[in-house]
Amino acid sequence: MQKDQLKIDYGYNNIEFNQFIEQHPVIPKGTLQLKSRGSLYYWYYALSVNVPNRVVYLCKAYIGKKNSLSSFELALLTLKNKYKKSNKKTILEDKVPDVPLDKKWSEHKFNMKLVNPANKRKYTVIVVGTGLAGASAAASMAELGYNVLAFSYHESPRRAHSIAAQGGINAAKNYQNDGDSTYRLFYDTIKGGDYRAREANVYRLAELSGNIIDQCVAQGVPFAREYGGHLDNRSFGGAQVSRTFYARGQTGQQLLLGAYSALIRQMNLKNVQFFPRHDMIDLVTIDGAAKGIITRNLLTGEIKSFPAHAVILATGGYGNVFYLSTNAMASNVTASWRAHKKGAFFANPCYTQIHPTCIPVSSDHQSKLTLMSESLRNDGRVWVPKKKNDTRLPSQISENERDYYLERLYPSFGNLVPRDVASRRAKEMCDQGYGVGETKLAVYLDFKDVIERNGSQWVSEKYGNLFDMYKQITGQNPYENPMMIYPAVHYTMGGLWVDYNLMSNMPGLHVIGEANFSDHGANRLGASALMQGLADGYFVIPYTIGNYLANQSSDLDIEHPNYAECVQENRDSIKTLLNISGTRTVDDLHKELGKIMWDNVGMSRSKKSLETALELIPKLKSNFWNNIKIPGLNNEFNPELEKAGRLIDFIELGELMALDALNREESCGGHFREEHQTEENEAKRDDDNYAYVAAWEYTKSQHVLHKEKLKFENVKLATRSYK
Amino acid sequence: MKINLKVWRQSNNLKGQFEEHYIENVSEDMSFFEMLDMLNNTLIEQNHEPIAFDHDCREGICGTCGVVINGKAHGPLKGVTTCQLHMRSFEDGDTLVVEPWRAPSFSIIKDLVVDRTAFDRIMESGGYVSVKTGGAPDANAIPIFKEDADQAFDSATCIGCGACVAACKNSSAMLFVGAKINQYAQLPQGQVEHPSRVRNMVTQMDEEGFGSCTNTGACEAECPKEISVENIIKLNKEYLKHSLGK
Repeated sequence: MQKDQLKIDYGYNNIEFNQFIEQHPVIPKGTLQLKSRGSLYYWYYALSVNVPNRVVYLCKAYIGKKNSLSSFELALLTLKNKYKKSNKKTILEDKVPDVPLDKKWSEHKFNMKLVNPANKRKYTVIVVGTGLAGASAAASMAELGYNVLAFSYHESPRRAHSIAAQGGINAAKNYQNDGDSTYRLFYDTIKGGDYRAREANVYRLAELSGNIIDQCVAQGVPFAREYGGHLDNRSFGGAQVSRTFYARGQTGQQLLLGAYSALIRQMNLKNVQFFPRHDMIDLVTIDGAAKGIITRNLLTGEIKSFPAHAVILATGGYGNVFYLSTNAMASNVTASWRAHKKGAFFANPCYTQIHPTCIPVSSDHQSKLTLMSESLRNDGRVWVPKKKNDTRLPSQISENERDYYLERLYPSFGNLVPRDVASRRAKEMCDQGYGVGETKLAVYLDFKDVIERNGSQWVSEKYGNLFDMYKQITGQNPYENPMMIYPAVHYTMGGLWVDYNLMSNMPGLHVIGEANFSDHGANRLGASALMQGLADGYFVIPYTIGNYLANQSSDLDIEHPNYAECVQENRDSIKTLLNISGTRTVDDLHKELGKIMWDNVGMSRSKKSLETALELIPKLKSNFWNNIKIPGLNNEFNPELEKAGRLIDFIELGELMALDALNREESCGGHFREEHQTEENEAKRDDDNYAYVAAWEYTKSQHVLHKEKLKFENVKLATRSYK
Repeated sequence: MKINLKVWRQSNNLKGQFEEHYIENVSEDMSFFEMLDMLNNTLIEQNHEPIAFDHDCREGICGTCGVVINGKAHGPLKGVTTCQLHMRSFEDGDTLVVEPWRAPSFSIIKDLVVDRTAFDRIMESGGYVSVKTGGAPDANAIPIFKEDADQAFDSATCIGCGACVAACKNSSAMLFVGAKINQYAQLPQGQVEHPSRVRNMVTQMDEEGFGSCTNTGACEAECPKEISVENIIKLNKEYLKHSLGK
């Protein structure tokens, strides 16, 4: 009763409130509440039904009137506006400038607003993830003068999984004089992505590709060189020119160390504050805009909020939803997924890339899969025995008993067809009984010819570390016997939806690198991931972030109750997790999820398999909430607790992936629906009905689909052919 | 296979100790960490605390992992990180003594996990070429001898795992620092800042409490990327050259 009196003191009137609710039927039933924080009071609206974000903050409470408005009236006004906003139909605006393709980026750069150099330091920008995209973005923005906070769950930015990229980075430098150009790289990428990427973004990527190489060389990245002292190139899948720059089989490592060096230089200059071993576990929004993040310190368990004017997610891909993938053990979707649950749309989640050349699975204990760079397909030849269930050793199978099926099916691209094609054909061969090795789930990648032609010394110089790695893992010597390979989950083209400025539908939330959806369509070409991560980080976001911040006040309401509330919610949910104390370990349930995903939402999908997945995943979800077993406490270094939080997000994402795949009644790139294929078993697109980006909105009851129609003004939609 | 594991357990700043586990059904194809995964799963099921160890890419490139096995950093094989070590490298019935990196500059966080941020602070003091984003000249504007580029690459392959420090009886970080300095020293882009880089990185290395090099060569022997001790020789030479009279 005391509380009711307090409400009345602050201007509350029950009759007026009831009238207001009647007049605004869009507002769900609830009560107006007054809550204290410290010595002050605030108005909140609490919904009657128990849903997430059930209590919404309205405004500060005061006694009497200000500007002839009591705080009660102000609260009602805010409430009305909140629901007006949320009922507005969301239209996905790509913000692509309406000028010719090759003018778009330069026009846009000129038209974007700038932040005065003296004002830049008043703006705090958070970068989550410090791999290629994150480190390069953090460093470049700090150089410009913004106050940058960078977060990573690793101990050091140099550990990010960008480091594992082997083969190289594409750039339209045309150093080989083989006819490469910005337009050709753009065209190859659009075609390679099976016409499901946004033209303008891809063209910009191709345009910036050359700058990346210049930047990296200036940083001291030791790219491979020819004897004349100039940079060397090699070829990659999906291209008929040689445009891939490389540093032996460790290109990702060298590029990441380059970006890391730029970042630590800014750390040394105190322009970037780096928070190692901090896991982003939530996004803080104020009036629908991203205004900070919540992190858990992985060493102490401390849960804390960090306010900022803008948030940039550079948190990588979600391949680990399959449990076994070539991603690092800790790679996860949590940052993206939690932002998604706060309102950011998730685009094309079903586009996953299965890489054709990985070391096959050997046992149930396997914890991850290892990739053998695509560059191996430059000199290695893929084959299976012509006879089914042939158990002879490869050396006993003569040349005319071998089926070099990629060369046979695709005479012009041969072993260098794009990844989705190579993977699917390998699976097909194995499904038909031509597979090799103990499990019969493998094909040969043979270097016999090139070793005979150029000698093993030459091969070792080019691929030495890959051959060593293969030998280490399998115990087999690839100089003597052909490698055995099988496709594995490798990269996710889907991700949070972004516009041309790389901003999501949520103001202030930007997404770069693998975490966004924008540049690779339904299939990424080899050596393009490094290119995209660095283009976004070095050359796109430093410009577009200014355009956003120029319209923002430099004042930041760091006392806003949403920060404290979000911290509390996350503390509570961790407590809930730890209290379940069931019987299943995190890895155990993760393996189960992986199996469901691989069997039903893997390399090829059908209506039936997807429906099976949609039946099984909710069961797994409830199993998680009832049966998970997490040892230890929150306030200590507790890797199992970290993994559990990530697993639940993977489970929820898995469901959306199946939903998205079910919705997309066509085959394109990495998304292959068995119902939609040509007579030659190639992917059959449906451009009339599905040339759109599927952007999913999270609501409590269901996922809502929004479509961004893809406009092809420069490239003619055609059936992809690599024959 | 059966393996007898003696593993170091330690939490926070408490005194640590070895704990013994007898593990059956180890497959030869398992990696060393997959064996630990299996053990941890069992430990959790039996309501025991799992063994904490650092790892991430499990491809031998990120540098996150690393434990000392039977006195050797990253275990018995040459040129291999712990995550790439497979159980076929051991015999049935072997006893494996597993410890964290031991060095005064790497404090123990938990069990086998150590704090290597000292490496980042050394890098911060000068492990970069000061070039701003944008405005770099064309990548082919300055030709570089292939030999120089290759040598720079050999030094640049360091993964920063800290095995060199763990292997050294003096806990010296000379190989780590030497590798970075020589990468830039081989390239025209790294010349301008070279003298100050050498001085600053060596100063920071000393401040972090890493020991001196007494030329035992243990670092090279246990480095998973087989970085040559020549990097240390060159570092000493360069340090002498650029620190005298300063």
